[in-house]
Amino acid sequence: MDAALRQIGVRKRGFAPSLSGPESRLVIALVVAAVLGVPIAAGLIFTLLPAFGYLPSIGGYALTVKPWRDLLATPGLARSVRLTLSTSVAATALALILAFGFCAIVHGRMQKRGAEGLLAPLLAAPHAAMAIGLAFLIAPSGWLLRLVSPWLTGFTVPPDVATIQDAWGAALVVGLLLKELPFLLIVILAALNQIPVEQQMRAGRTLGYGPGIVWVKVIAPQVYRQIRLPLYVVLAFSISVVDMALVLAPTNPPPLAVLAFQWFMSPDVARYMPAAAAAMLQLLLAAGLIGLWRLGEQGAARIGLWWTMRGGRGLTGEPGLQFAAALGITALILGFGSLAALAVWSLAWQWPFPDALPSAWSLGIWRHQAHALVWPLANTLALAPLTSLAALVLAIAWLEAEDRAGIRRPATVFHPVYIALLVPQIAFMFGAQVLVVKLGIDGTLMAVAWAHFLFVFPYVLLALADPWKALDPRYARSAAALGSSPTSTLIRVKLPILLRPILLASAIGFAVSVAQYLPTLFVGGGRVATLTTEAVALASGGDRRVVGVLAVLQSLLPLVTYLAALAVPRIVFADRRGLSGRA
Amino acid sequence: MISRFDLVVEPGTVATVMGPSGSGKSTLISFIGGHLDPAFRATGRVLIGSRDMTELPPERRGIGILFQDDLLFPHLSVGANLAFGLARSVAGSEVRRARIAEALAEAGLSGFEKRDPATLSGGQRARIALMRTLLASPKALLLDEPFSKLDSDLRREFRRFVFDRAAAKRLPVLLVTHDVGDARSAGGQVLNLGSGRTE
Repeated sequence: MDAALRQIGVRKRGFAPSLSGPESRLVIALVVAAVLGVPIAAGLIFTLLPAFGYLPSIGGYALTVKPWRDLLATPGLARSVRLTLSTSVAATALALILAFGFCAIVHGRMQKRGAEGLLAPLLAAPHAAMAIGLAFLIAPSGWLLRLVSPWLTGFTVPPDVATIQDAWGAALVVGLLLKELPFLLIVILAALNQIPVEQQMRAGRTLGYGPGIVWVKVIAPQVYRQIRLPLYVVLAFSISVVDMALVLAPTNPPPLAVLAFQWFMSPDVARYMPAAAAAMLQLLLAAGLIGLWRLGEQGAARIGLWWTMRGGRGLTGEPGLQFAAALGITALILGFGSLAALAVWSLAWQWPFPDALPSAWSLGIWRHQAHALVWPLANTLALAPLTSLAALVLAIAWLEAEDRAGIRRPATVFHPVYIALLVPQIAFMFGAQVLVVKLGIDGTLMAVAWAHFLFVFPYVLLALADPWKALDPRYARSAAALGSSPTSTLIRVKLPILLRPILLASAIGFAVSVAQYLPTLFVGGGRVATLTTEAVALASGGDRRVVGVLAVLQSLLPLVTYLAALAVPRIVFADRRGLSGRA
Repeated sequence: MISRFDLVVEPGTVATVMGPSGSGKSTLISFIGGHLDPAFRATGRVLIGSRDMTELPPERRGIGILFQDDLLFPHLSVGANLAFGLARSVAGSEVRRARIAEALAEAGLSGFEKRDPATLSGGQRARIALMRTLLASPKALLLDEPFSKLDSDLRREFRRFVFDRAAAKRLPVLLVTHDVGDARSAGGQVLNLGSGRTE
């Protein structure tokens, strides 16, 4: 054509901020608000009202503080609250310290990819299964004591000591630690990817600092900032945990969340109102504790800065870190031991007390239980893929809409979408039940799927957001410059490059769905049984072999998904060095 | 930041925009390419020939861009990367395959279709990236410091390669750089964003 006319002319007059956001973001925000916001808000309101005496279905119309008076008059309430606070703070603080200690000593010798594979069984196992496995391990008649009896201890019958459900809640703290430590480790390893650890380590060591202390003074503060949200999720979860506590926590009095749960589940409807009050107290405790933790952070930051400014080289501090790392490794081993205990018990036919291993092995329990497993298994296998897939689609739509609107907010900042992970489940699950009853969908699989989605979606988004935002935006620009439309770029460029994090996020969503206990029970109205609800129901007093079968199956499903998520990219991208997941 | 900026690039010539970092070079490239961050607002027009591109989405502007990094898609083979770039109007798998082979030959990389981009050297990847851009038949070419990561021998060689191909296709080229050597070898007008004067 007329070549002389081909020119680029640019005339620019200053830049100023402008508002431009495509409607897609608005639409997705509305969908999320409707699907997540409505049930959470309704759940809180319909729990708050009964806490003040308003529950028309059992004839409560007048607003009163009687539920609170009933709650406060409950014997042992103060001990319940103390137990709740002490176990959650201890579990969270221990998990954090051990995770940092572990990373300080082991990081650099450990490949992130290897760690993912190693931690996968612990990450995938539902909390309930881990609690049951730990009980199998440390109970007076548990595996640990069997291994050392009678040759070391002299026991020929199980001793009469409370090693689980101990009055201090120590077993619960350990149980929480077994699940939260691997979670924090994987979160920290992801955060470390965004920090030039090697260079900073070299810089610190040439200034005369020991490697461990460089980690504590230089790396850890940067990491902490990035893992604050997941850490608060751990804290909120620990304070309000029910399924683990039913297995491991003391019963008289139990932690507050368990107290509320037992009243809600009681056949005596008069208990609903004090239960709602207890649930609201639980909410206040969680909010107060997160607030206090936040203050503690600021204090720790100030002390840490003073300590860093003093310039101590901390060469004597290494043994402390090594001790923390050793404890961390012990906790991980205990976690694997718990899972092994589940497997062994599910295959045991006869296992008299002091024997280290079953005297007779059999698949008999699996065969006998097959008929009883069908429905819980089918429900679990319907809910988990459905919710994780729906969450994945919505998360991708969400992140893509943010990309197109040019938003580069870091993924780990607080956002209303994560509220479901920070509010105690017990504080809004009764209200959510009221909502689904009003909608006439209580006890249906769809309603339970909806309840699972409240927790699956935030976890999937949290898992996917970081790698998504880390993708170089110039890939999409290159594709556009080559004539590819935004949607075509999404399908042909972004999704394939992000295949690995996408599959991992779905696997996490799958595991979250499998693990749900309270939402399944409340919204399902007890009519939708899953492997988790069955396992917890049978955990106390049930035949260990049967419980073992349920818990093994419950852990195996997410693990298989997880391993598939790690393996598929290796197969699909076997001849693409940049994506195969090999270091 | 930038104000009153006027530039006309004739086909087959290279105009160079220079300036220290922070002077708005990359923002200028983003504006022309259509990728401007919504946090900025720009007024002004981008014309190719008599066609106004300012309101068009990036994929319909027909402006090829080479970045500092080659940005070959890691999930696609070298051949598939080139096919991604090759215009749709080139139809028929035989014809397309031939065009890709031809482009590889031009880059001195015949037979590299099946290779994983991650296994190539930096210079080879840079040449593939240029061929991918040219196969999309752009009407103009933006170069966002594409030479800065190559060492000096490779840099001279690749620079020559790019400018020769662009001149052969009579493309107007806008080069953004902070390297005087780049500007000198481009041979066209040089615009300094820091001082705003044209040499």
